[in-house]
Amino acid sequence: MNLLLILEQALNGLQYGVTLFLMAAGLTLVFGIMNLVNLAHGSLYMVGAYLATTFYQWTGWFFGGVVLALAATLLTGIALEMVALRTLYERDHLDQVLATFGLILFFNELIAIGWGRAALYTGLPAWLGGHVPVLPGVRYPVYRAVVIVVGLAVAALLWALVARTRVGMLIRAGASNRTMVAALGINIRLLYTLVFGIGAALAGLAGLMAGPIYAVQPGMGEEILIQVFVVIVIGGIGSIRGALVGAIIVGMVDTLGRAFLKPTLATFLSPSAADSAGPALASMLIYLLMAVVLFVRPQGLFPVRAR
Amino acid sequence: MTPSRRTVALVAGVLVLGLVPVAAALFNQPFYIDLFRRIMIFAIAALSLDLILGYGGMVSFGHAAYLGIGGYAVGILTHHGVPNGYLQWSLAILASALIALVIGAISIRTSGVYFIMITLAFTQMLYYLGISIEEYGGDDGMRLARRSQFPGVIDLSDATAFYYLVLGILVLFLFLSHRIVNARFGMVIRAARSNEARTLAIGFAPYRYKLAAFVIAGAMGGVAGALLVNHTEYLTPEFMHWTRSGEIMFMVILGGMGTLVGPLVGALVLLLLEDVLSAWTVHWQIILGPFLVLVVLFGKRGLVSLLPGGAGRG
Repeated sequence: MNLLLILEQALNGLQYGVTLFLMAAGLTLVFGIMNLVNLAHGSLYMVGAYLATTFYQWTGWFFGGVVLALAATLLTGIALEMVALRTLYERDHLDQVLATFGLILFFNELIAIGWGRAALYTGLPAWLGGHVPVLPGVRYPVYRAVVIVVGLAVAALLWALVARTRVGMLIRAGASNRTMVAALGINIRLLYTLVFGIGAALAGLAGLMAGPIYAVQPGMGEEILIQVFVVIVIGGIGSIRGALVGAIIVGMVDTLGRAFLKPTLATFLSPSAADSAGPALASMLIYLLMAVVLFVRPQGLFPVRAR
Repeated sequence: MTPSRRTVALVAGVLVLGLVPVAAALFNQPFYIDLFRRIMIFAIAALSLDLILGYGGMVSFGHAAYLGIGGYAVGILTHHGVPNGYLQWSLAILASALIALVIGAISIRTSGVYFIMITLAFTQMLYYLGISIEEYGGDDGMRLARRSQFPGVIDLSDATAFYYLVLGILVLFLFLSHRIVNARFGMVIRAARSNEARTLAIGFAPYRYKLAAFVIAGAMGGVAGALLVNHTEYLTPEFMHWTRSGEIMFMVILGGMGTLVGPLVGALVLLLLEDVLSAWTVHWQIILGPFLVLVVLFGKRGLVSLLPGGAGRG
């Protein structure tokens, strides 16, 4: 019984991990190539979740809602890049942080005006609502299983895109020396917009998949954004491989910590002490992990060579 | 040496702040004492951030942590029946300095965007810690039963007396910061900001200096936190919310970083603007957000640079 519980929580951890990865991949790509710290990445996650919910309600067709929301988030990202962020590439990190902080305030308020501040309920079609046996006698929610499969598939696609295609080659070249790429006659602006669009769509995908699991409300993007920072700091900023490893580690540690820290502490502490220390420690766990990783490797687990 | 325009502006600003309670009493508008006290408390927090951000070049995105630590130091002692202000404020300073030492020791080893994200993440960790400790109100926070007690010296429940105490502390910190940035210590910090390798080459170890500045800034932030909880008489984890850190950082940039008067001007303008906008519409952040973007894009040198005859940044 206990083992089954651990398996279920490990799957939950994996599911949270792939959600984190979808966010982290875009953020780390944008940083690696455009040298941009984009706090508003969480806003795209929120936009994805809201649009998917709304489109699903309008069309009554889940898959249609997903596709429409993805396309709309992609367009939002591209518009955001062209209007506001493009001018920030050459600025220092302080400017980027502040300007994108301003954008977060704007997006959160825009969503609050459009949909209100209360959390939104996102329904699921019947075929995603049940449970699926993952092992004999072990059943797992279909929807969460789908999230895991989609997340891992996107990770594989992203790897193929970056490692095996011409666009991917340009992305890698842009990350290591953008001046040289521009000198070789590549339209670097277009490449930037494309990369930002990919990142936005990934964030939108993460958001729309998270919608039915977590609360859809203004500010939902920032809660996950800060955990995504932990992911890419642990993995090494700019590294997609680091983002994947970091995301799985953080997803697992966070989920398993929340599930098992309190009962584990209770075995050698008094129940009341475990009651108060357990949740507090569980919510701090990933930050402590980050501190330890940084203490040992200040550039993260997969450092990207300095340009 | 004739005082610079910026110093004149600073002295004039402090004098005007000193007249606020008089004017409030004259026009029977006690609300303004409250508003300007809040502004000065945030000016103290912004000033402490400016020490490391403007002078030291350390982009800390987690300065609200020290507001929280200072606030919780006061709140926790009051909760356990220790209202003595000397004890409370000493604890606020010590605890903030100690936590700044730990956060700084880890984050100053890194730089650039890592530094930004790590300071943010540590503050978020403290925020979640505040949320999960039910004993001290958890998510909802807790009311401060009474303000810090300084028997026989000052009574903080007297709005005007509290106001002048905050003003006094602000002036004291302005003076301290002036001494710090112009001392040998401050020179090393500023040198490390402009070129860390050269600072190292002429025989200074920037790490220790930067860490010391980080701790000083944290302790000053802790004082602001102790003042803030006495001001609001309510303690919540929101003190440490990351948007708070962003706000304080924006005050520094808006006013002009690397100046002493800048954080004061920034706190004044931002909080007055928030006050005006929020009276106008509940959705004031939809105006504030783009305003922030525009300030960053076009007004990088801060409002202080608008002073006539203002020299370059010092």
